[in-house]
Amino acid sequence: MILKKILVQKDSYYDSVFLMLINKEVKQFDGVKDAVVSMGTDVNVELLKDMGLANEEVESATANDLIIAVEAESEEVAEKAIEAAKELLNKKKSESAESDEYRPVSLDKAVEMLPDANLVVISVPGAFAAREVRKALNMNLHVMLFSDNVSLEDEIELKKLAEEKGLLMMGPDCGTAIINGKPLCFANVVKKGDIGIVAAAGTGLQEVTCSIEKFGGGITQGIGTGGRDLKNSQVGGRMMRMGIEALKNDPETKVIVVISKPPAEDVAGKVIEALKETGKPCVIHFVGLGAGKQEGNLYYAENLEEAAGMAVALSKGEKYEKRTFTIPEEEVEAIVERETQNMAPGQKYLRGLYTGGTLADEAMILFEREIGNIYSNNQTKPELVLKDPHTSQGHTIVDLGDDVFTVGRPHPMIDPSTREERIIKEMEDPEVAVMLLDIVLGYSSHEDPAGAILDSLKKAKVKAKERGGYLSIVTSITGTKGDFQNMDEQKKKLESIGCVVMPSNYQASMLALKIIRKVG
Amino acid sequence: MNVKPINELFKKELVVINMGLESFADNLKDVGVKVLQMNWKPPAGGNKKISSLLSRLGR
Repeated sequence: MILKKILVQKDSYYDSVFLMLINKEVKQFDGVKDAVVSMGTDVNVELLKDMGLANEEVESATANDLIIAVEAESEEVAEKAIEAAKELLNKKKSESAESDEYRPVSLDKAVEMLPDANLVVISVPGAFAAREVRKALNMNLHVMLFSDNVSLEDEIELKKLAEEKGLLMMGPDCGTAIINGKPLCFANVVKKGDIGIVAAAGTGLQEVTCSIEKFGGGITQGIGTGGRDLKNSQVGGRMMRMGIEALKNDPETKVIVVISKPPAEDVAGKVIEALKETGKPCVIHFVGLGAGKQEGNLYYAENLEEAAGMAVALSKGEKYEKRTFTIPEEEVEAIVERETQNMAPGQKYLRGLYTGGTLADEAMILFEREIGNIYSNNQTKPELVLKDPHTSQGHTIVDLGDDVFTVGRPHPMIDPSTREERIIKEMEDPEVAVMLLDIVLGYSSHEDPAGAILDSLKKAKVKAKERGGYLSIVTSITGTKGDFQNMDEQKKKLESIGCVVMPSNYQASMLALKIIRKVG
Repeated sequence: MNVKPINELFKKELVVINMGLESFADNLKDVGVKVLQMNWKPPAGGNKKISSLLSRLGR
């Protein structure tokens, strides 16, 4: 018999990432069928209703009420699981109480305590974020807004306010920034230099900054804008244009790089105009737009790695040499030969399993251009949007950081289990030839992203071999030597089970393309 | 376009107030940034309607 038990604790706020980790522990409890530990936000209450885990108390819960709902095989197990959850939560409370620093509840109090504060990082639930941003801007503080689910109307209003005040309002949904050399949220430890970046793409900014360091360059600032800044005409690329203006005035910045998914046409025009006026060499990567073109001080890059390569060449006063692979061509051919020689007939499909949205898009756009018919949850062509994002079809590139995968669970960069599950699922498909993966290092990412998926990758390779075939796994690591995960160790782990590790996402995608072309 | 405060920020030491996920504050401490973690709670006891009303009243 299945038993449901629900506990609602009034006025006990915990942050979502912490609750997701507790949720995971409770789910793993012996005899527990399903469990939800979350705050009573509208979205969560709906989710609980769908799962049949709501009672009257749950339905009237607010975002300040904690809900623990457990479905278990007996009353005893359910009670034990709830007790275990409470214990974990109490441990957290007493840990916070023990830390000697006082934690202010309001922004006014925080500023009183830290009068020289100049930036606020906001990651509270989206429904409450706008009012906090407004307060911060009105107190003349720069803002990085990590929260998503902030309305377009609020974004426009807040960015107008930021513009009036001349302040940064990075976001909403801004996951990455590097200000004055300090990595904010999901960002890597990158050397200082003379290249300034404004990006409307989180992992795109990570890939470009890491590649800049790889090519021997460094950065001044990495300003994030949030993905809607250029996509929507009313937002109008406001934060990107302010970022460009600030980099223009910054004497440390010699070269400017801008990154975005294809912008709205009128917005692209405004941004390009702003770049022209800087008089500094500018590299533009608008995913596929104008690649290879040069107009005055503007250089258009085809991919993220190229944007970094061009910027470093410009900063050093060198000529940029266009090339697909930074490893020798013979070596690439030898890898393709090795990776394809033991494949079974019928192995023909690509499965891109990404944690980074911009990296997934970069691969998808490349494959779409070269061979077409790429299924994805990020596809703009309706006929190629995956019918069920949890199930691949044909050539598929899936962005596992998409909302459909992250409701009630942490982003796959933090918790690799979403991707692990997907790898296990994909390995049952005998038509898969290549798995293409990103490994994103840096602050806020998992402490061992390669190690966490190694077992499942190994299993997938064994399974293909048992079927008389060979599974090729092509990866790239977005990271620097300064990142705490130890990039060399990550690479060694992947190579120890026969994964190919390429120097960038672009090169990994190009290699996967060569393999698919050879067997397809 | 007025961006003077941004250029001033570029010349200053970054000092951060972190409102929300605590790990972001830990990361900043790790790289030597002065940071204050807030004990943020949903306003008006988590009631969105009252919260938005208060926000409009400037509270």
